[in-house]
Amino acid sequence: MKTMLVILLSAMLTDNFVLSKFMGICPFLGVSKKLDSASGMGIAVTFVMICATLVTYPIHHGILVPNGLEYFDTVVFILVIALFVQLVENFLKKCVPSLYSSLGVYLPLITTNCAVLGVTVLNIDNNYSFGESVVNALGAGLGFMLALVIFSGVRKKLEYADIPETFKGVPATLIAASIVSVSFMGFSGLFS
Amino acid sequence: MADNKNSLTKEITKGIIKENPTLVMLLGMCPTLAVTTQALNGIGMGFATTFVLLGSNIVISALRKIIPDKVRIPAFIIIIASFVTLIGFLLEGFVPSLYESLGIYLTLITVNCIIFGRAEMFASKNGVVASACDAIGMGIGFTLALFFMGSVREIIGSGKWLGLTIPVLSENPMLLFIMPAGGFFTLGVIIALVNKLSKKKPPQELGCCGCPNADACGKAGDCK
Repeated sequence: MKTMLVILLSAMLTDNFVLSKFMGICPFLGVSKKLDSASGMGIAVTFVMICATLVTYPIHHGILVPNGLEYFDTVVFILVIALFVQLVENFLKKCVPSLYSSLGVYLPLITTNCAVLGVTVLNIDNNYSFGESVVNALGAGLGFMLALVIFSGVRKKLEYADIPETFKGVPATLIAASIVSVSFMGFSGLFS
Repeated sequence: MADNKNSLTKEITKGIIKENPTLVMLLGMCPTLAVTTQALNGIGMGFATTFVLLGSNIVISALRKIIPDKVRIPAFIIIIASFVTLIGFLLEGFVPSLYESLGIYLTLITVNCIIFGRAEMFASKNGVVASACDAIGMGIGFTLALFFMGSVREIIGSGKWLGLTIPVLSENPMLLFIMPAGGFFTLGVIIALVNKLSKKKPPQELGCCGCPNADACGKAGDCK
């Protein structure tokens, strides 16, 4: 139980996917302008991360390893994730239209999100058990959402700031991200 | 013939400065921020990406008439992932130290928007030779940007550069620069510098035009 908690919290805070591993920078900078889209994207990514782990872990340990095909990980994982996202999109569209209308737009974006592929590959690299992998995916997703939500608040203030012409837009956003990242550095060493 | 040659040179050079994928089009932020703690890692990542970009651009442009439009994204992904697996093998076998230091980011070349963006915007519309030139230009531009950023971070953050020790800085290096926060900061300042030097209006958004999912975040309208 204790290791699970450590994995969850370190994936969320100390090794935050966005702010210390730089995965999922595109949605972090692209979708963080408004609070509701930031939280929507966060929920969608968390959901897909957990599902992708649930699907890729058995494939890796049940099919690829027994046949000595571990090197196909990248190709198989990305295909499975792409297929899965498509499936979820169709399912939500047919069965839960209300959820689809709020989350649907973010789903195709996730196919090429490196955080999702990253978490599945990290689970394999770290030799996590099935339970640990799922917890790691949950922590990574929640950490991603936390970073996005916090940053959407920062960006709201940024819009009213008087910024020099050359720094307007992306440079100012990146420097703000750097300061948010410094604040997350405060968590380092918490669980070691 | 001379005209033809000229346009090919143009395909190569445009990627280096005018349409630099990282600093002007703002694509492929993840590897740019993650592996540039050292200049050498930047070069390694640049070469690996160039290799994948060259391979995938050639294959995709050769197959562009065969791949149906509807399944093009999965098809592109498989082609790109195959080349990533290949470069993973090559690096593991011949340059194991680089393979170790790039780690998971080597796998993540698969989802690098530069490669996807070039497949979507260029290789699926142009011939094999032009696509290869485009890939080489973009690859060199990406490598140079990574090398520059890696140099800045390594010199300020650890007082070293490609194995050399910088006299004054190495005594009290600003560690923050090789930490994640320094990555965001350095990239922000470099992009601001590029904005200052170029006469064009600076881009207000990320390079969403290159992203196959630009529609999803409502950014596609900005690209036309």
